[in-house]
Amino acid sequence: MPTIKLTVNAKPVTMEVEARTLLVDLIREHLKLTGTHVGCDTSQCGACVVMVGGQSVKSCSMLAVEADGQDVTTIEGMAKNGELHPLQKAFHENHGLQCGFCTPGVVISASDLLKKNPSPDEGQIREWLEGNICRCTGYHNIVKAVQQCADEMKGGA
Amino acid sequence: MGKVIGERVLRKEDTRFLTGKGRYTDDLNRPNQAYAYVLRSPMAHAKIASIDTEDAKQADGVLAVLTGKDHADAGFGGLPCGWLIHNKDGSPMHEPPHPSLVADRVRHVGDNVAVVIAETKAQAKAAAQMIMVDYEELPVVPDITAAIADGAPKVWDDTPVGNRCYDWHIGEKDPTDAAFAKAKHVVSIDLVNQRLIPNAMEPRAAIGEYDPSTDDHTLWTTSQNPHLIRLLIGAFTMQIPEHKLRIIAPDVGGGFGSKIYHYAEEVLVLWASKVVGRPVKWTAERSESFITDAHGRDHISHAELAIDDKGKFLGLRVSTKANMGAYLSTFASAVPTYLYGTLLSGVYVIPAIYAEVEAVFTNTTAVDAYRGAGRPEATYLLERLVTKAARELGIDEVELRRRNVIQPDQFPYQTPVALEYDVGEFEKCLDVALEQVDYANFEKRREEAKSRGMLRGIGMSLYVEACGLAPSALAGAIGARAGLYESGTIRVNPTGNVTVFTGTHSHGQGHETTFAQLVADQLGIPVESVEVKHGDTSNTAFGMGSYGSRSLPVGGSALWKAGEKIIAKGRKIAAHILEASVDDVEFVDGEFRVKGTDKKMLFAEVAFSAYVPHNYPLEELEPGLEESAFYDPKNFTFPGGCHVVEVEIDPETGVTKVVDVAVADDVGKVINPMIVDGQIHGGLAQGIGQALLEHAKYDEQGQLLTGSYMTYTMPRAADFPFFKVGNHVTHCTHNPLGSKGCGEVGAIGVPPAVINAVINALEPEGVTDIEMPATPERVWRALNEAKKA
Repeated sequence: MPTIKLTVNAKPVTMEVEARTLLVDLIREHLKLTGTHVGCDTSQCGACVVMVGGQSVKSCSMLAVEADGQDVTTIEGMAKNGELHPLQKAFHENHGLQCGFCTPGVVISASDLLKKNPSPDEGQIREWLEGNICRCTGYHNIVKAVQQCADEMKGGA
Repeated sequence: MGKVIGERVLRKEDTRFLTGKGRYTDDLNRPNQAYAYVLRSPMAHAKIASIDTEDAKQADGVLAVLTGKDHADAGFGGLPCGWLIHNKDGSPMHEPPHPSLVADRVRHVGDNVAVVIAETKAQAKAAAQMIMVDYEELPVVPDITAAIADGAPKVWDDTPVGNRCYDWHIGEKDPTDAAFAKAKHVVSIDLVNQRLIPNAMEPRAAIGEYDPSTDDHTLWTTSQNPHLIRLLIGAFTMQIPEHKLRIIAPDVGGGFGSKIYHYAEEVLVLWASKVVGRPVKWTAERSESFITDAHGRDHISHAELAIDDKGKFLGLRVSTKANMGAYLSTFASAVPTYLYGTLLSGVYVIPAIYAEVEAVFTNTTAVDAYRGAGRPEATYLLERLVTKAARELGIDEVELRRRNVIQPDQFPYQTPVALEYDVGEFEKCLDVALEQVDYANFEKRREEAKSRGMLRGIGMSLYVEACGLAPSALAGAIGARAGLYESGTIRVNPTGNVTVFTGTHSHGQGHETTFAQLVADQLGIPVESVEVKHGDTSNTAFGMGSYGSRSLPVGGSALWKAGEKIIAKGRKIAAHILEASVDDVEFVDGEFRVKGTDKKMLFAEVAFSAYVPHNYPLEELEPGLEESAFYDPKNFTFPGGCHVVEVEIDPETGVTKVVDVAVADDVGKVINPMIVDGQIHGGLAQGIGQALLEHAKYDEQGQLLTGSYMTYTMPRAADFPFFKVGNHVTHCTHNPLGSKGCGEVGAIGVPPAVINAVINALEPEGVTDIEMPATPERVWRALNEAKKA
């Protein structure tokens, strides 16, 4: 079995995995980071989105071995020193989540958007979230949360 | 502290979900756990000639392989249906058996044939592929039309008439026929309310664990109603006594109805855990969810509205065919009957109504309640018909609605279809919604759109729904096999903080916050001092769970009653300590005060005295401060409102864009407006999804063509604008909160508004009808066919 070395939420991880192991299974089953969810089997729903090497990735569509040497951030790694990430805070304040199942993927995906485009308009936010399906919120408060976060981060910069 | 009802309190549950610390069933792992994989039928209808499990049993890691024969040998019962419907002639509906594993015949793609238990999920799945099943194909009944055709093949050999499950009616035929005989106008419509798949984002999952040392069974499951599952496993499927069976529904990732029902896998993991002597976990893959989660809707209807010369409605006649699927799911039979036929008066005065519903079996996945359940179907029918009537009579559709809507002074309003609405001001909702959408200037917007080559349309619907399920005696009289009350317990801890137990279940609705607000407000303590527990049969007395927008009006009312008992006991304790008469002690702003004096005790002081009863009326009062209450509603609650939608259609592509959604809902007393708005947003998205995007479609062989997110169109963020959510509130008159429920209103009101808007946009081009979902292809074809004609 191949051995891989990667960083997950700023912690070094070295482990042997079967070559066929998906990144999401490494995260959920081996590392027990169950905040990353599996909502489909066709790479559509986006509940499994994590950051790999600074890019948002559907971790169901990537082999663990492909993440060898990479820096991986899951939802568990978003808050720093007990402080919620501004997006997490914005989702809380805007009621951007209900059942919470899609939320980790949506938050990580939105964080990638704001990194690439700190001032997205409503349409750009909606288009960016094409790969994240939420069944609860009608996306209304998700989009509001991303807008608020973008405004606050601009204000802070 | 104190008055927090009506406040926008941020959700207590958010932190764990936002930091990846939610605990959904598949996140849980039990020591020494094994895994189950269910082998499902690839055929829609076939006889099982033989099953050979020998190779699978020898495969790597396999612990057990169980088949339908093993299930029958174990003596288990089938998955029961919870609502008995009677035919027109008084005979009971046809109730076929529904074993958790079938032995002789499969009746839909996805039917459960065998289960493999192995050390790993991958091993279980691999071994399942080694089971040799010899299927002998049978003719397939893929839909309603095929089911009712002359000489149709039979899904069940012993249905007395064709594929009929039941033939039910409501209202009175003769007075309705008489109304039509004197009508000036009769407007008729034929409608399909297409099949949908609920698609909660968390796939179903279950873990069964049997402890032989205590004979205790524990089931973790993705359920909206753990006590109901315990009842059904205890009384029907496995006969495990309830005191030996604990059901835990931890964090659940959405339900929308699909997680109400008792599913086969819940039986299979409990059974398997006993067989292999280890905990057994099963998690659905999404493709399994598509073919095994109960589907929703699936009606074909013909309806006629009789109208007099002044534009007043005289009568309504409805004939509906409803698809049950291959089996009767837990509440399937109630949906096209008592949740549908009873709502056919809508918000209108219609003096005579007669509706007939024929439910049929087909070789498809079972259909049951999905967000709204029957009420969206009734609303869609009525509101499409009213708009069509306005068009045919040449009356403005707002005016036609105003002429017929039930007026505030007509409440309580007895409809001809069994319900008595307690309160509502529907026309005010219409005014608010029209104001929000700027109805008066719509034609200008249509003109402006036309200048860009776009077709703009506006559509509306008024709706009322019956929720807050349900008065038990009434429900029992019409066939329910359960009571529909709710329980609540308030445990005041010695230092004055409070643990609340509710029999309802939150799978996104935010009960941990809303119920905390309710109890905090009643007891005059901070929201932070209240913790709400739910989802575990071992800590809550009983409960019927969450569906039908019942949690607040029924579960919240139970908690309110429990709170009243806490206050009553607290007054006695305070009276003793303050040396006053109980009648002189009042509870105000979290303090027990002796009227007319400055003597008082804080709520926390009384709580402490209850647990440290040194100075306490022990002769007449027990120590401790914990109270439970059951609340059985006196009537249904009747949320209602008006939804208005504007669309723009690109005639070149047929793409419909929803450009404005303005709603005015009356959900009764609101505890947390932020959460209520969120519920409405979600319902609207699902309703617009039905109108424009979603369709569970089978081919002639009964194969689900839309069996993944590649083919079943889930609404995405870019499909919607921001929603304008307004309200006009009246308070429910018969529960202590005045709340009506808000979970389903969005999905109920909006589909006809969208389709009315689409037709309104297409009408100048000669299109007068379109089916849901109004996909680009359908719109494009309709436009082109109208051009040809």
